[in-house]
Amino acid sequence: MKHRTFFWFILPTLSAMILFIALPIVSVLIQSLFVEHEQVLVVSESCGPFGCTPTTSIDAEATAALREAQPLGRFNGLGTYFDRSHLATAEVAEIWRESNGLKSFFNGLMDLKFYKALIFTLTYTFIVTPAVLVFGLAVAVGVNNLPRAMRGVAIFISLLPFLVATIVGSMILSWMLDGEGIIGATLQNIFNDPNLTIKSSTPLMWIALIIYGIWHTLPFSFITFYAGLQTVPQDTLEAARVDGASKWQTMISVVVPHLMPLVSFVTLMLLMDNFRVFEPIVSFQAEAHAQSLSTFILSDLREAGNPLYASAGATSILTIIGVAILLTPVVIRTWRDFNATSH
Amino acid sequence: MATKAESRLTTLKIVSYVLVGVWLIIAAFPFLWTFWGSFKVQGDFFSKADWTNAIYGVFTTRETGGAFTANGYIGAWVQESFWKNVLNTTVIVFFTVIISLTFGTLGGYALARSGFRYAFWILMAALIFRAMPHITLVSGYMLPFFEWNVWGLKGTAIIVLVAINQPFTLWMLHSFFKNIPKDMDESAMVDGCTRFQAFWHVIVPVMWPGVITTGLFSFLLAYNDYAVTSMLLSKPNETMVPAVASFLGSVQVQGNIMFAVAAVVSATAPLFVLILFFQRQIVSGLTAGAVKG
Repeated sequence: MKHRTFFWFILPTLSAMILFIALPIVSVLIQSLFVEHEQVLVVSESCGPFGCTPTTSIDAEATAALREAQPLGRFNGLGTYFDRSHLATAEVAEIWRESNGLKSFFNGLMDLKFYKALIFTLTYTFIVTPAVLVFGLAVAVGVNNLPRAMRGVAIFISLLPFLVATIVGSMILSWMLDGEGIIGATLQNIFNDPNLTIKSSTPLMWIALIIYGIWHTLPFSFITFYAGLQTVPQDTLEAARVDGASKWQTMISVVVPHLMPLVSFVTLMLLMDNFRVFEPIVSFQAEAHAQSLSTFILSDLREAGNPLYASAGATSILTIIGVAILLTPVVIRTWRDFNATSH
Repeated sequence: MATKAESRLTTLKIVSYVLVGVWLIIAAFPFLWTFWGSFKVQGDFFSKADWTNAIYGVFTTRETGGAFTANGYIGAWVQESFWKNVLNTTVIVFFTVIISLTFGTLGGYALARSGFRYAFWILMAALIFRAMPHITLVSGYMLPFFEWNVWGLKGTAIIVLVAINQPFTLWMLHSFFKNIPKDMDESAMVDGCTRFQAFWHVIVPVMWPGVITTGLFSFLLAYNDYAVTSMLLSKPNETMVPAVASFLGSVQVQGNIMFAVAAVVSATAPLFVLILFFQRQIVSGLTAGAVKG
């Protein structure tokens, strides 16, 4: 294809991506370097019979005018990145000095907004991803053993949790896990503890969110592995059986290696999606117990009246750096594959 | 020896059946429960004292006279005007799907037929864009959109959703067009067609299976989106998903949580039908990227 034709074909999609994905990232970067204007203060002297006292008041009009004139705010450099609600370098150093042992250091970190969100996001990502890989594979093998007529039904049911809107799916689960919902109330009866609710306990909320995550994404790995199982070479399976391998041995040494490329694909997709965990926290109304990087940004943008663009921007950039770190191995591998096939 | 192997095989089989059974119950039960419960009153849906109340509808019978009630649906659709959100969703989803398929088909075709190195880089950039958390992009839009006075409009949300959709659409259609033999459009070009004519007369008639599969996923993305629609749409233009979420806050206070339950069921029903009719396409779409490499 000629360069010119290629250009015209790719133009609409490329301009959409540049205008609404690449430029917003630049816009976020710029926003993160500025900070909201401080309120304009006026010092006036009010003189009474007993002399004059200076009073400080907020000049609302001038503040509004200043915000109108420079909506970005004033330049702050990397200040926002290192302030108390982001990387908080000063506070972390302080906690490090005062803590005796890892546990207290960790507890100190959990008091800092950004680290709390980061720790939850990483915990969520690195528990949900492997769990979904293992259970997804197990369910795929199980469905593959089912009689053919039942497989379609099994797949139909499995697709539901994955395709329903995250916000809706997590809302359904949160109602069931609620202290008065079926699962929540049953758990209270079993443990005979009427105060046992996910809304009142941070660990329980984390567990509930992680269970939701597994419920929601398992179908994806299941479907992919199931499709992969259909392409396992029958001769190899036959050969393994003739050589006396048990079902389990065949599974480990024939089926799993065959599925390895799929495992890396599913892992990539899961890492990307789990790292941006967002909607379940909104639906579970879990902000008090669990924040992810994404909900941290949301709460800054939702700040009543005056969204904290700088803070949201800085968190966004830090999140993007996190995504980049997660993706690096994959990009390097794809690049190697590309070079290997082109030479 | 043989019997031992066989017995192990059966235990394995039983274990795998049980596992699948448990998973299917876990997958389906929340939906059945919520659907059933949406026709009850709150006292039954959240029946702390005795969970069987939710099945038999003890409170529902006491309060409304029948074991089933449509009060939740009436409240959501009429009182809270959920039908407006349904209309907004229809408009936004329709245009998002049409526009992103148009852009994606052209781009995906070009990428599949171009052997240049920059095609690879565009695909790589698309992969990275695909990984961007939507909320970080949204925080980039807010300030400029307010400045230009385009915040809150349906059109803005459509364009943003189209753009967010593009990386995925490009990858899917790129791998789909790669599987259409090059000879088809190239022989048309030998016969004197331009590249676009070849695309239009030769490729377009055979591309529908791939386009429909990709379209399903564009539909799902636009239909299920929360980050973009909740932050970029004004109240009257809100779609179903953010409406359900904002319901949750307001109706809980008024004790009308059944409105939210009914709205959730209403928003899930179309997906149910979609999976029923397009299960095969959805499964093939999910695995297309993986199995074909």
